[in-house]
Amino acid sequence: MMPVVEVKNLRKEFDGTTAVADVSFAVERGETVGLLGPNGAGKTTAIHMLLGLIIPTSGSISVFGADLEKSRVDILARCNFSSAYTSLPYNLKVWENLMICAGLYEVDCARQKAHSLLDMFEIAHLKDQITGRLSSGESTRVNLCKALLNDPELLLLDEPTASLDPDIADKVRKILQQVQQEKSITLITTSHNMKDVQEVCSRILFLHKGRIIADGAPDHILEKFQQQSLEDVFISIARGGDLMVKEPT
Amino acid sequence: MRWRHVRALVIRYTILYTRSAPRVVEMFFWPFMDLFVWGFVTMYLLRVNGAHPSLVTFLLGAMIFWDIIYRAAQGVSISFLEDVWSRNLLNVFVAPVRVSEFIAASYAVGLLKVLTIALALTGGAYLMYSFNLFSMGFALVPLFANLVIMGWSIGMLTTALLMRWGQAAENLAWAVPFLIQPIAAVFYPVSVLPAWLQPVAFTIPASHVFEGMRQVLRGEPLNVERLIWAFVLNLVYLALAAWSFNHMFHVARRKGLLTKLFT
Repeated sequence: MMPVVEVKNLRKEFDGTTAVADVSFAVERGETVGLLGPNGAGKTTAIHMLLGLIIPTSGSISVFGADLEKSRVDILARCNFSSAYTSLPYNLKVWENLMICAGLYEVDCARQKAHSLLDMFEIAHLKDQITGRLSSGESTRVNLCKALLNDPELLLLDEPTASLDPDIADKVRKILQQVQQEKSITLITTSHNMKDVQEVCSRILFLHKGRIIADGAPDHILEKFQQQSLEDVFISIARGGDLMVKEPT
Repeated sequence: MRWRHVRALVIRYTILYTRSAPRVVEMFFWPFMDLFVWGFVTMYLLRVNGAHPSLVTFLLGAMIFWDIIYRAAQGVSISFLEDVWSRNLLNVFVAPVRVSEFIAASYAVGLLKVLTIALALTGGAYLMYSFNLFSMGFALVPLFANLVIMGWSIGMLTTALLMRWGQAAENLAWAVPFLIQPIAAVFYPVSVLPAWLQPVAFTIPASHVFEGMRQVLRGEPLNVERLIWAFVLNLVYLALAAWSFNHMFHVARRKGLLTKLFT
């Protein structure tokens, strides 16, 4: 079966600085992939390239079997994105924002869909609130509603639980897992929250200085680096310490 | 082009504008301040120098017409900045929205703004100075259309520059239209300009429009040749502005500037 995302020899340089260096990977339908790595590892640049916001210096990205650069708009119609660092327009009510996004993604039965998502994320009471007056946690959940509005086949998330308290973060993780399993969504997420990654992702791509240094299931990564937790792996890599890499036998 | 996308964007910008008191005040405040100042200046000139009464109509007409260009340009560039300010730009460009749809929505917003303000100013000028812009009759339509198209080109070019240089270049949204004002024959005829500058002035569509406006206000028929020149030049500039926008969009994606704009 054709992978949903296929990245070959992807490279991005900004004025001589290499952000992503010769990265290749493929993501199959229904996979949940976590892009992990310290700040400056190239995670967000990689996600932005997958969304067509940044053009790679070299290499290719194909999504749903089509070249991203050539079929950008058609591909984006089947994807969605949410980031803790973007907002929906402040002056609009939550409901208005969702309906406008539904228009942009040409969502059928938009009202019904939006109601059920607001219920699912337990923010139905915020429907008529002005978006700019929401707390960051509420705003993140509204963004996630927007990201699921068009039933995306590929969902890209950048730090989805960055501003959530542990209780809400836990609920959001469970909702994402549930939706992902029910609809077999392909999910690619960046996160600094190791719990997010361990619970939600079936596979991890560990990036360091723009390169993939590990690729596999969370258990495989722990075994490879001989660490107790992903957090320990993360810290070791971030601090550039000696990594005990156990080569596969 | 998918009209559903354009409609969604237009609704969004319209709500953004109408729900923000500072935006609404800003939209009407400056044009009306101009109307007061220019109206009183012309009345003063009439008393002191015994200037021809048509001076009032020329200056008020020019002021309203200039505001059409300015607001049409701002409708495009400020719509883009609204997305930057609200950190929503990324949500727009990761949606399946074509650049052409984004531009069409900005044009529509510019047109809505222009129609609203032009009507308000026309009403104000009539009440305060008995100046009736509609006395220009049908000639008003092609002149108005040319000004709006020119405003769109300026707005699109400004947005292209904003994409390239980011929020540091934010003031361009207000400044760029004024770069052409001195040679666009807004408040005085092209013949007032030095001889070497006059051919340059006639490369600006607005110069033909403002000359045409003065002709009509003098009671002469509209010079069709001028109108055609304005329209042809507008098409050229609109095409150039569209090319610049597309080019800068590509440059912004290549240099990763689009993603920096939202942070």
